[in-house]
Amino acid sequence: MSFFEVLTIIIPSTLLTAAPLIFTSLGGVFSERSGVVNIGLEGLMAVGAFTAAISTLGLEHAGLGDASPWIAIIIAAIAGGIFSLIHAVVSISFRADQTVSGVALNFLAAGLTIFLVKMIYDGKGQTPYITHNIDKISIPGLAKIPFIGPIFFQQVTYTSYLAILVSVLVWFIIFKTPFGLRLRSVGEHPAAADTLGINVSKMRYIGVALSGVFGGIGGAVYLVTITSNYNVTTIAGQGFLALAALVFGKWHPIGAMGASMFFGFAQALSITGQQIPYLDRLPSVVMLTAPYVLTLIVLTGFVGRAEAPKADGVPYIKGQR
Amino acid sequence: MSNLLKKVNWMTLLIPIVSVILGLLCGAVIMLIIGYNPVLAYQSIIESIFLQPYYGGETIRAMIPLVLAGIAVAFAFRTGLFNIGVEGQLLVGWFASVACAICFGHLPKVILLPMSIIAGGAAGALWGFIPGILKARFKVHEVISTIMMNYIALYTTAYLIKNFLYTEGERTPTIPAAASLASTFLANLTQGSRLHWGFVVAIIAVFAMWFILWKTTKGYELRAVGFSPDASKYAGMNVSRNIMLSLTISGIFAGLGGAMEGLGTYQYMTINSAFTGIGFNGIAVALLGLNTPVGVVLSGALFAGLQTGGLTMQSDAGVPVELIQIIIALIIFFVGSGYVIKWAFGRLSRKGHK
Repeated sequence: MSFFEVLTIIIPSTLLTAAPLIFTSLGGVFSERSGVVNIGLEGLMAVGAFTAAISTLGLEHAGLGDASPWIAIIIAAIAGGIFSLIHAVVSISFRADQTVSGVALNFLAAGLTIFLVKMIYDGKGQTPYITHNIDKISIPGLAKIPFIGPIFFQQVTYTSYLAILVSVLVWFIIFKTPFGLRLRSVGEHPAAADTLGINVSKMRYIGVALSGVFGGIGGAVYLVTITSNYNVTTIAGQGFLALAALVFGKWHPIGAMGASMFFGFAQALSITGQQIPYLDRLPSVVMLTAPYVLTLIVLTGFVGRAEAPKADGVPYIKGQR
Repeated sequence: MSNLLKKVNWMTLLIPIVSVILGLLCGAVIMLIIGYNPVLAYQSIIESIFLQPYYGGETIRAMIPLVLAGIAVAFAFRTGLFNIGVEGQLLVGWFASVACAICFGHLPKVILLPMSIIAGGAAGALWGFIPGILKARFKVHEVISTIMMNYIALYTTAYLIKNFLYTEGERTPTIPAAASLASTFLANLTQGSRLHWGFVVAIIAVFAMWFILWKTTKGYELRAVGFSPDASKYAGMNVSRNIMLSLTISGIFAGLGGAMEGLGTYQYMTINSAFTGIGFNGIAVALLGLNTPVGVVLSGALFAGLQTGGLTMQSDAGVPVELIQIIIALIIFFVGSGYVIKWAFGRLSRKGHK
């Protein structure tokens, strides 16, 4: 197998697995930049995937055809946003430990989604398969470009490119708009932001809600492009992987996107590695654990220091020094 | 002053009790909305675990790893550390104990059983030590590092089983009887439940937590670091070393929890594609138990009872067992929101005075 052929397998596979991670880790960027740690990304993805599954099935039934998964992603975004408000209320207004609240959110999502699946499908632990996925396609025109076309634009999904575009958009919002400046200020020094008349709670609510929206999209994209049905094992660690990508990307939207790509690459290698010469001799465990080991190494500061927002994880109590 | 203390104690006890009641009430409301009978559901849970020896035995069996996981989380909490890595420490402990039991299967029980239990604890200790040293030396937040360690444990143990200890059924071979904690006496006593001698280990661990933290100088230091790292440092304590020590001991407890599953409940280890959930449940157990040894036992009993009874609830009242997980999640939310519960009760009692 030539190197070129290897690339035509690995790159599209990387783009496919990275897309849900990109969306979810961008959600994490919003939440943590506003000063709220979100361990609950896993649960938000589960809610997104579950919502996407049942809405796609419903919309297909209603005869919307190929539009169903796309509309389902939007519904999942809304569901994720609403679900994340639990985390917002408990950790911002009720001043609960944000890690505790995040852990509980994951619990609740895992329990609630399977509970509802059993309710809707007469005790079965999984949804039926959706028939209209977002398929791998060749992007018209671009796929014809010699060399680059087959690598980047064949056997890919639109969601991957959408994810990359959105991460640039998120970078713009967070670093180039007044809203982004306010969001970052309440995450770095909420008391100073409060003094300047910024509503700290409101900004943090928005941050958490956006993490829910993006986590929901991430879960939905994972469902409509990769798994096609929802059960207990659908979201098993994807959210924590996105959390790792957020940290690995140093709480920066483009960094999170890059880290997600890299983690997607590692996952793609662990899945497709068997077909590729030389790599088939490397134990798959190396590729599977690589994202986590590398994140630990990055955190130790050997590869440039990763600094969380200053007030990340600290509840803001007015008047307290 | 003594009055004030009394009030504080009463208030701290109030939060877990109110949380449990609210959690169960919310569960009942969910059942009512969907059209189940909550009375029947809760009744089936209570009847099964208190009146049927099998389910009673299974509840105690489920308590063993749950209490050990809860002790692990609570111990780290006392030093101001959030150990989300119990799940991973439990998995490596599980693997190490089973591997040790199989590799040294020819040894007599007096040596092999303690050795396998210690192997589990040691593996957990290592898995706790790594985040400990990362925190102490490099200031890596333990929440992130322990989550990473969980996944490394999950994939590594699966890989090791697949390549070195594999047998049919996606699992390791069964451990030799010389390493087993299972007991026909306990099983017969509870009409065939999987109850095993591991409960002795759990009781020792609960006692050990109390003894280390409240009866030794080192324990005083660990708690002091938990209250205020800066003040402890000023008082001449080595904060870094205490952080490493705390997470290592926490890892031992978690590793022992895994060993109990390997040597007691299952007698082997399966290739896990997802987490067991015991480690995450341990967080709930510790929080609800207010990070005290007695509290961990009580909340461990509650969650073990709910989970075991949940199965009867599913068969008798038709309510999916996932409802239990929802209730546990809600209880964690309520315990976490203790500030609001305190505030609400403060408001109510003030109104009472007028």
